[in-house]
Amino acid sequence: MSKYLVNKFLYTVDRDPDLVERYRENPRETVQWWETHEAGRLLNCIDAEATTWLALDDAEREALASHDHVTLFEMGAHPFLTLTLFIAMFERDHGPMEYQTAYARAMEHITLPYPDIST
Amino acid sequence: MAELVAVIASTHHPFYYRASTSVGEDRPPFADEWVSKIETFRETLTRARPDVLVMVGSDHFHQLWLDNMPQFLVGKAPVYDANWYNEEREFGLPKMRLAGQEDLSAYILREGLDAGFDLAFSNELRIDHSITCPIITLRPEADLPIVPIYTNIFAPPLPQPKRFVQLGRTVRDLIESWPSDQRVAVIGTGHLSLELGGPRQFGPHGPDPEFDRKAVEWIGSGDIEGCLAEVTLDSLHRPGNATHGFMDFMLMMGVAGEGKKADHVDSLDLFHTMEAYFTWYPKEVGSL
Repeated sequence: MSKYLVNKFLYTVDRDPDLVERYRENPRETVQWWETHEAGRLLNCIDAEATTWLALDDAEREALASHDHVTLFEMGAHPFLTLTLFIAMFERDHGPMEYQTAYARAMEHITLPYPDIST
Repeated sequence: MAELVAVIASTHHPFYYRASTSVGEDRPPFADEWVSKIETFRETLTRARPDVLVMVGSDHFHQLWLDNMPQFLVGKAPVYDANWYNEEREFGLPKMRLAGQEDLSAYILREGLDAGFDLAFSNELRIDHSITCPIITLRPEADLPIVPIYTNIFAPPLPQPKRFVQLGRTVRDLIESWPSDQRVAVIGTGHLSLELGGPRQFGPHGPDPEFDRKAVEWIGSGDIEGCLAEVTLDSLHRPGNATHGFMDFMLMMGVAGEGKKADHVDSLDLFHTMEAYFTWYPKEVGSL
């Protein structure tokens, strides 16, 4: 399990306009490409100094590939990262605040204490 | 020595810019009241005639990331570019550019380290809406040099609430001992109860109005001891999953001082969070 790597996916996609669109349109392909080519990229370093040991587990990969923000929350992915990226991808398809309130409703069954987001 | 002329604590609502500049059908019904409260709040800074702004905020995973996460960081640069692509995308915030006050940054870093805070620093910092929102609300001319101070309220493990208060006290001591004739205001922003990305987000009001009521009372009356007696890293999960941003208010209570009643207190209930605004004048208003 790598909450850190799930967060790294959300973080690096959210800050890149092209990747936001790519993940919206082709989530499974984007996750596969990202894990192969980008997951180990140590920010600020040349490619040769990539991290060698980072990998998503199957459940994490599937949650990202299926745009499943509820499962990502339940796994302890950082909720700010997930929300920001998902708003960027899907708010445009809805009326004002509709997406954000539906996003909350989909998690109504989750009660305190919430999953730990520590990494 | 430098003079501390105002201490200001505020929520930082990224939608204020869009709400206040929108017109016609796009203008939300609460915009006029919101703008009116902000203009009154802005006057509390203007009347203090500051030369320098020390700005306390928290990076929202923009430049600071989990591979290298500082707990408390002071910017030391001649210029700060500001606002990020995803803030422009989601909130409509404009790109900004603010001058830095490097002498005060250097002083806070050196003296802060010697006072027991192992502060991180950055010589190239792009700041985000936790600092630009109060510039937009309180000093829209963006014409004063700043010293940004970032706190980690976002990526656990977090410092304890008491450390935020202690840092606030230290920041005040350092400003008041800075060998300069500058007039300094400290502006810090955080949150009351807030939920982002969880089931309680974007409700008809903040997720915990009772916490908000108590928080406004603690801050407005300067009740640091009462606040520290109730607020812990664990307890802050209950009012909403982003409520650890309240610790930046606690830092500002430390700057203002134990038992110091705020000279200006205002709040505004919005659909998913409560806005709250506080100003303290360390000296009598008449001597400003």
